[in-house]
Parts: sequence; structure tokens; C-alpha cells
Amino acid sequence: MDVGIVGYGTQIPRYRIKVEEIAKVWGADAPSYKRGLNLNEKSVPAPDEDVATLTVNAARNALLRAGINPMEIGAVYVGSESHPYAVKPTGTILAEALGICPHVHTADFEFACKAGTEAMFVALHLVKSGVMKYAIGAGSDTSQGAPGDALEYSASAGSAAFVMGADNLVAELVDTHCFMTDTPDFWRREQAHYPEHGGRFTGEPAYWKHVSGAVNAMLKKANMKPEDFNYIIFHQPNGKFPAQTALKLGFKEPQFRHGLLTPVLGNTYSASSPLGLAATLDIAKPGELILLVSYGSGAGSDAFIFRTTDRLLKVRDLAPLVRKQLDEHKVYLEYGTYAKFRRKILKPE
Amino acid sequence: MRDIAIIGIGMMKWGELWEKSLRDLAVEASLNCLADAGVDRVDTISIGCMSGGIFNGQEHLASMIPDYLGFKHTPAMRVESACASGGLAVRTAFLEVASGMADYALAVGVEKMTDVGGGEATYGLATASDQDYEAFHGINFPGLYALMARAHMTRYGTTREQLADVAVKNHRNGNLNPLAQFPSLMTREQVMSSVMVADPIRLMDCSPITDGAAAVLLTTVEEARKIKKHPIVVISGIGLATDTIALCQRKDILKLPAIELAGQRALKMAGKTIRDINFAEVHDCFTIAEIMVMEALGIVEPGQGGPATSAGHTALNGKFPINPSGGLKSKGHPVGATGVAQIYEVVSQLRGTSGKRQIADAKVGMTQNMGGSGGSCVIHILEAKS
Amino acid sequence: MKVAKHWRETPERYRLEAGKCKKCKHINFPQRLVCPECGAKEFEMVRLSGKGKLETYTVIHTAPDGFADLAPYAVGIVELDEGVKILAQITDCNPAELKIGDQLITKFRRINEEGKTGMIMYAYKFVPDFGL
Repeated sequence: MDVGIVGYGTQIPRYRIKVEEIAKVWGADAPSYKRGLNLNEKSVPAPDEDVATLTVNAARNALLRAGINPMEIGAVYVGSESHPYAVKPTGTILAEALGICPHVHTADFEFACKAGTEAMFVALHLVKSGVMKYAIGAGSDTSQGAPGDALEYSASAGSAAFVMGADNLVAELVDTHCFMTDTPDFWRREQAHYPEHGGRFTGEPAYWKHVSGAVNAMLKKANMKPEDFNYIIFHQPNGKFPAQTALKLGFKEPQFRHGLLTPVLGNTYSASSPLGLAATLDIAKPGELILLVSYGSGAGSDAFIFRTTDRLLKVRDLAPLVRKQLDEHKVYLEYGTYAKFRRKILKPE
Repeated sequence: MRDIAIIGIGMMKWGELWEKSLRDLAVEASLNCLADAGVDRVDTISIGCMSGGIFNGQEHLASMIPDYLGFKHTPAMRVESACASGGLAVRTAFLEVASGMADYALAVGVEKMTDVGGGEATYGLATASDQDYEAFHGINFPGLYALMARAHMTRYGTTREQLADVAVKNHRNGNLNPLAQFPSLMTREQVMSSVMVADPIRLMDCSPITDGAAAVLLTTVEEARKIKKHPIVVISGIGLATDTIALCQRKDILKLPAIELAGQRALKMAGKTIRDINFAEVHDCFTIAEIMVMEALGIVEPGQGGPATSAGHTALNGKFPINPSGGLKSKGHPVGATGVAQIYEVVSQLRGTSGKRQIADAKVGMTQNMGGSGGSCVIHILEAKS
Repeated sequence: MKVAKHWRETPERYRLEAGKCKKCKHINFPQRLVCPECGAKEFEMVRLSGKGKLETYTVIHTAPDGFADLAPYAVGIVELDEGVKILAQITDCNPAELKIGDQLITKFRRINEEGKTGMIMYAYKFVPDFGL
């Protein structure tokens, strides 16, 4: 059976902070961060936003495009590394907010930045297996970087949600592949507030190995070449890695241009490549091929090949476009307010 | 129903009364009241207290107060209608005597608010609003009245200066009241430059947190004539009415149906119109409240409360004096006590014993006591009888 | 810990579920057992749109416990397209730029929490209708 995306939706906070503003406080060289990371600013969640709120708002947008009876959703999966509760799923809050309880499955996913795409994979294949008509897979995060750490410049917030089904698709699933090993490039222990990472170890043995491993295996399995694709989206921890990786793997700039959001969004972790996919669906024409490749530290990479349909044009404007959420009505913060919003500074108890 | 007179009134200077407990305050006001009445008989006790439970961890005042007052075993009850609890206690005492269930009914209002911190005091007050559909969303009472104030300013052109003039006038009156918590004079500039609480309401638009109590003793007019200690003051009309607890559930958020209906009911019972009332003690929990109540009672047309205040019509020597005691703003607002203290003031005025703040020719006075954002209101009409 | 109390309000807080009187069609939010207009006791559930016009608002500076870190924040009464009026915070806005009559929509947002380890309460807040 053909399965794919029936509807997609996103939510990006309206607040931003610029690289210069963070660098100013920590005495860092802003221009070299901007160049080195190809990053200008990142999104900041408001104090009343978290992964649950971003996902609910994104999923509601996805349902606007899907045009389905939500009661026919059999499962909702939210992938994140900043779920509001360590124990008590974001998925139950999502299901209640969508009004689809009680005959529905959920459990939360965690796999660093690839938790969202894993959720999408599972949602797609539950539909493919025939056990349910629709399933939602979403990637959302409000992750943080430690103050003054390199990750502070990029760790941002956003959500992308996908309603998967077997008919009325906006994008058909052609194939998928996962490349995964146990690699300690980046992690966070249960009681730790901020994650830790292996510095330069996060490059070649981590991001590059798994992304290229997934891409090569996917292309071989699908019997395709880089030039077959209209669009490619990589996990985008900064604005540099995905571009360098794409070029090294034989892709060209016009292919990854529309799906590379990090320079003005930051790294939305589990929402990173899913938001890139949504931004691509916002501008793709029917019958175009998309390659989506996520990466999650720990480590693994999910590859998906999608082909867009005619229906994409019919429903695209039923919900906010990613570029609109990215570019319009932004509110810039200075570091003090940002630190307060992100609870990096707290009043005493 | 028998005709009812108020023969005794008692209070103390209100403020942050660190050395006086909840029971101390209730007893002190009651003893002052009985001394003023020259009577040592109480058949029932009606206690107005909004929240002994939250402010003091103490409910069951119906058991505690009679005993501590020296009237153990006396029938008693505590009545509650948020900030209208005091007025409700007076009405309840009226019913006791008017029905013949008692001959001497004491109504005492009391609130001890300073044993808890500001946050908990605010929480306690917020229980007068809709906990799940107003307080839950982060709004407090200054906020609810600010919603009304902004709408009033938009619809009628009421100005920030007119709101301030309510506070200025009430402080001018309170300055002449030895029992007021904040008797200092206040200027428009001081009000308008005080710290913003909930835009457009500033700190000096708000009544304070106060400890205090007040008590009145009711009996039949017949008994009052026998005692012959003070000029006879009767309660000739009472009106009680309720409305939605949540502000947003009112069809017109600038109308106060509870006040309008309570006013109409009281006037009907007294056989009077608002034009027959000489002065009133009203519930100025916030400056905008006094303006809206004036309009709801029909003292002025809708939207004219601000201009009338600034023109001096509600001053002591104005066309219709409002809050000669200094109101909640200057006198203080120990929540459950306020309604009873309003009666205290009107009785003094009708007896002619208000000293420097005496209103000339005071014959018929009104008290208006309300709960929350206007969810309940009790109005009494008192007259001097020869 | 008031978990049951908050959980009970989920239909209203998460989904803006209101009750439409079967007899006179008046819509109650929150839902009730007795229609305040006609006294009837049968209702059908309707989900409110969350879209409406700002009737009045204030900006809270001195906030109740739990909300101090958000201050100053706006709270308003909005008349929804269905004719129902609800009160909620207005977020993602510059309070100084709000105007009576503004078109607002609702978003699912975090309202409060019972301390750092307690339950998180979610519900509706209004945002300006920018199509985001």
C-alpha cells in the first residue's frame, strides 16, 4: 500500500536572539561564530511555551491540511529531548488536546535530534502495516546549550508534526533506511541540566559517518543518484555541516537551499530536519522527489524518500507556511530577558 | 416584620494591628458596640468574615466568638459573601429580630489579614473571583477592576484624573476620621504617579490590606425607644442581589446588575427613590468601583460618575456625599468588617456625632457593600427617626 | 497538590469545550448543568473557535503567586465569534500595542506549574491574529 504524509504543520516561537548578543556577554568573537556556524540568530521559546505546547499547535496546523476525522488517528508519537516531564508522555497531552482520546496509542520518543524522524518512521509504518488509518509523528524541542558553550549559540525551539496516512497524500513515501550505532558524541544524564558533547568527535565519527552511511545505503536501496532529487534536507545543527555534507555527497546548493533553515532559526534538535521538510513541502511542486536525512547523537540517521503529489498545492495554504513563522513578527531579545525566559537565571525559592 | 433600630455601634482604629488577633478584634468591636448601646444582652450573633480559614487557619467562628465575647451558648452563625460578608451579617441580624426569633441581634464583621504574607493575602482575596476561569489565568482583583476601568474609559471617556479624584476625596474625608488606617491627605499627582498594579489601576487606586472589626447591635424600634440612649436610627430598607461571579459572563461588563437590583429592592422596601437618599457609604475597593456604583445606584447617569466626582458633587459638602468615613481607600478594608463599618458611619452621621466630617441635615443614608467584581451586593437604607 | 481539580477542567482548558443549550441555543463556557438563560438542563457539546475580538484588557504588573516572572503581562476579555466571552492572558504581544477591537486567536500554552517538580497546567491563551 502507498503511505505518506496527509498533512503537515509547524510552530516556531516568535522570539529570537542574535549571535552577537550572546557573544557580547561571554566575550566571544561573534563574526567568527557566525562564519563558522553559518548562523545569525536562533528562536527562543516564550516562558509559556514548551514541547507540549509547540507540538499541539503544530499538530493542529497539520490537521488543517490533512482534512481528516481526527478520531481515526490510531497513534501519536512525539520525539524530543526536552519533553516537559521525564515520566509522563507529551503524547498524552497532545492526544487530549486534539480530542482523540481514549482509543489511541502513544509513548514518547527520545534519540537526540532524530527522535522526531523515528516518530515519523513508526507512524508511517503503523499505517503501512494496516493496523490503523492515520498516525501522527512529530519532532519538537526547546533544548538548551550551557551558558557560554558553543551549543548556546544554536540550541533553539520549534515543532513539526506530520499526519501519516494511506490516501489523499501530499507526499508519498518511496522508501526509508536507518543507519545507527552506539556512538558517544553527545548526551545528557538524567539529573544534568545541560548536555555534554565530545567536541570535535561530534564531526567525522558521528554526524558524517551516520549521515553518509544512511545516504549511501538509501541511494543504493532505491537505486537512485544524488542528481535524481529535487530537494534534500539534512539534520542542521548549524548552517555549515549540512551544506558541507551535501556537497561532499554529491548534492548541489539549489537542492538543499530551501530546506536549510538554521541560519535564522538555530538548531531545533528533534524538529530540525522535520522543519526543513515542512519548509520544502511549502514550496515544492507536484511530482518532485525529496530526500530527508536526519541525525541524532548517540548516534543514528534516518533517511526518507518522498514524492510530492498534486494534492500538496490544494492544501498548502490551509495552515501557516514555515517561512512566515520564520520571517514575520519576530521579537528580538537581549541576553538578560533570554536568560530569564530560559530559566538560566532564577529568583531564589 | 417588626421595625428594626440600630442601638449600638462599635469599632476600633483600623490598620496593621500586629498585637490583636482575629478573636481579639471581634471581641473588642463587639464590646465597644455593647458599651455604646448601654445594653448587655445579645440573643444571636451574626459574624461577617470572608476568610478566617485562609487568612488565619480559623473557621468555626460561630463557636469561638460568642464564647470569647462572654456569651457562651448564644446562637451564632458566620455568613460569607466575599467582601459583602459584613453587610450580609447586618442583614442576617435584621432578619433575626424582624422575624421575632431574637430581640437583640449583634452583627460583627471582622478580618485579620496581616498574619499571612502579601502573596497569600492576594490568594485569599482571589477566592472571591472565579478560581478556575479567572484566577487560574493569572488575574487578580486589581486586574478585574482594571478590565472594567479600561472599558469605562473607552466607552464614556472617564479619565485617569477622575479616577484619582475619588481617592483624593476619600482621603480628604478619612483625614477627619480618627479611626481611619490611612488618614493622610493625598494629591492627584500622588495617585497618578504611584506604582502601576494592573494598567490603568495604580497602587493609590486600591484599597489596602487591613486588620479590623466593627459591630452593630439591632433590636426593635419599640425596645430602642425604651432604652432612650441615642437618637433612633432605623433600617427602613434592605436589598440583596447576586450576579455572575465571573466578569466576562456578564452581558455588559460595565453594568453591575447586583448593585442595580439590590438598590431597587432596598428603595422599594423603604418606599423611597434614590433622590430621597442624602448620602451613602459605598464599596470603593478600587477608585473605578466607586464611579461604577454611583452609576448603578442611579445617583448619576451612566458614564457621569467621573465628572461628578471631579466636580465635587460627592464631597462632604457636595450634592450627594459619598464615603464620608474615607471609604475603603482611606479607612481601610478588612474584608468582612467593611459592610458593618459602613453601617457604623451612617448611624453616626444620622445621630449627628460624626464630628468634623458631619454631613449637614443627614436624615436618610445608604450603605452599599459588594463582593468580588460585583457578584453580590447588599444595600441598607437607614433613617433618623424622631 | 490539586491534580484532580486541574484534570477535571481538561475539556474546557485543552479543547475549549462549551455547552450549547438544546432549547434556547445559548452557549455556556464553562459547561453547566442549568442554562442561565432558559433554565433547561440538556446541552450538546460544542468546541469554540478560539477566535474573537478584544473587548477589554489590562496589563498586570503586580502579579499573583506563580505569575510574577511573567509580569508585566496582558489579560483580556475576548468576545469569540460564537458570541461567548472568555477571559485569558494575551501572550506573544507587546501589551503597549494592544487595542480594543484587535482580532485574536487562541494557542495552547503553559499557564502555571505546581513548583519545579509538580504538575504543569496547560490551557488557552490569546495571541494577535498574524496567521502564525
